[in-house]
Amino acid sequence: MAVITTKEITKIYRQGDIEVHALNGVSIQFEKGEFTAIVGPSGSGKTTLLNAIGGLDTPTSGSVVIDGQDITRLNSNELIDFRLNNIGFVFQAYNLIPVLTAEENVSFIMLLQGVPASKRKQRACRLLEEVGLSEQLSRRPAQLSGGQQQRVAVARALASKPKFVLADEPTANLDSKSTGNLLDIMAKLSQEEGMTFIFSTHDQRVIDRAKRIITLEDGKIISDVTV
Amino acid sequence: MKTLIKIAWRNIWRNKLRSSVVILSIILGIWAGLFIMAMTLGLNEQRINGAIDTYLSHIQIHHPGYLDDPNIKSTLSEVDKLEQVAGSIPEIKAYEKRILATGMANSAGGAYGVQIIGINPVNERNLTSIHQQLTEGSYFQKYKKNPVIIGKKLADKLHLKVRSKLVASIQNINNDIITSSFRVEGIFQTNNSVFDESSIFVREGDLRKITGLMAGYHEVAIRCKSIDQTDAVLARLQSEITRDKVEGWKDIAPELGYAQEMMSSMIYLFMGIVLLALAFSIINTMLMAVLERKKELGMLMAIGMNKWRIFSMITLETLFIAMIATPIGMLLSWGVIAYFQRHGIDLSMVAEGLSSLGVGSKIYTFLPTKEYWIITLMTLVVAFLSSLFPARRALKLRPTEAIST
Repeated sequence: MAVITTKEITKIYRQGDIEVHALNGVSIQFEKGEFTAIVGPSGSGKTTLLNAIGGLDTPTSGSVVIDGQDITRLNSNELIDFRLNNIGFVFQAYNLIPVLTAEENVSFIMLLQGVPASKRKQRACRLLEEVGLSEQLSRRPAQLSGGQQQRVAVARALASKPKFVLADEPTANLDSKSTGNLLDIMAKLSQEEGMTFIFSTHDQRVIDRAKRIITLEDGKIISDVTV
Repeated sequence: MKTLIKIAWRNIWRNKLRSSVVILSIILGIWAGLFIMAMTLGLNEQRINGAIDTYLSHIQIHHPGYLDDPNIKSTLSEVDKLEQVAGSIPEIKAYEKRILATGMANSAGGAYGVQIIGINPVNERNLTSIHQQLTEGSYFQKYKKNPVIIGKKLADKLHLKVRSKLVASIQNINNDIITSSFRVEGIFQTNNSVFDESSIFVREGDLRKITGLMAGYHEVAIRCKSIDQTDAVLARLQSEITRDKVEGWKDIAPELGYAQEMMSSMIYLFMGIVLLALAFSIINTMLMAVLERKKELGMLMAIGMNKWRIFSMITLETLFIAMIATPIGMLLSWGVIAYFQRHGIDLSMVAEGLSSLGVGSKIYTFLPTKEYWIITLMTLVVAFLSSLFPARRALKLRPTEAIST
């Protein structure tokens, strides 16, 4: 059964008098455990599609059904709760909370979910260990390299036990070694825990590791290839 | 909440310089506001105490029509009862019966309208402080016949010195104007130049002989142990004395009462203006902090931090800034106010102007403890209100736009 189903979603922006069709009737399904890359040139609608799937933006028309629930019908407060409990995010610029340590950053999302303190600590430490940062638990983001920060971001995305993880250009700011490490970790988690990862990317290294590649152009899917 | 508090606290110190500047501005604002309050209240307190000490006392009793028409025959009706009642009220420290007359003080240097106050010098010492404010001469000790104590300003106007002769034209009991000569025994100088030029003290017996008023009194002045007891003693006396008019100092000298009420309102108005300025400083700082962290706030919303928590975080940051600044501002104010309460602020340069207001050239700051609490509360409320706009601005951010900035 599909984890995510989009039906004919469109997104139209207004730029002055001009209407920009960022998404043009995109219908697609994602299954559990998929490791998918959404690719395409700049302005093709990759990030818009990711935002629509992640409930960060509401499509102009169409529906996004996640686990049987149409999230386009939720109000902003309901969407915040939905995102908290169902979706993990990894951003291009890491976007960690700079005043918290690596462990606190990972724990924070569980705190928002109301997970007891002892369980938070235990899970945060385990996840950071899985992403290879067991030695950097008490370091703040400024004391970590870009690659390490992105690994903390992955651990944070997984901490809330989401149904899937959306990663918008996660390797754009990383060097080859860090990109390799990060992709290894995510691929391992996808295989071992059945976690669904959806990337928007330009990065060939990510595309090479993806099991499914969806290509967008002018807001439309022009190819959907399973490797 | 614990983590939210931790984040808010750490966020303050992300930009140490900016937070320090706003903290310092709150400290200085509180200090300036409280110091001006303390100076204003101190000045007013001195003015009231000066008037009470010099002549007014806390309570005065007159014949009902005397103050409107100071007729020499309008004497008190219930002096005996009054003395009986006053003796039974423990809050009364002292009282004094006086006779009064209006007249002209003449000398070779000129003539000036004055109020002539006939007193018992021994009793008057317990009531007023004129005997302590002599700059020259003595207080009814030297001359057996018609000694007079006059104010320095009157002495200057009439070119009088100690031992000079002062001729007073006074209306007697038969409504005739008679003249009588007095010898200046002492010259006083209070903080109130208007009083100094318009009031002279003579012995009760001398004034009786001159006016022919052999019995009765025009005025009884009562001093309570504390100014705060005035209203209670006043109420008790008013219930007992019905044929004479019993008034408190605020009724007799309404300008002092009005000034007190006006200054109480003014200081809050002034503090309000200071706090308003601080509010804008806080809003500006917090707004900068929010706009600078748009991306981070957008990320927090994206990962599932609800609006209430975002709002609380911004509000907590503002409150923490106020909670750091307020005690320091209070402590600084308390220290400075306590210092000047003891040593006074020397304003000799404007002594003449202050004297016409009934205040000495040194202002002793004074601020009741409750004002510190009120201003602390006001500052925290203002800080909270100031956080609402930046917090609302944060809530209006859309995660997608915030993250992509």
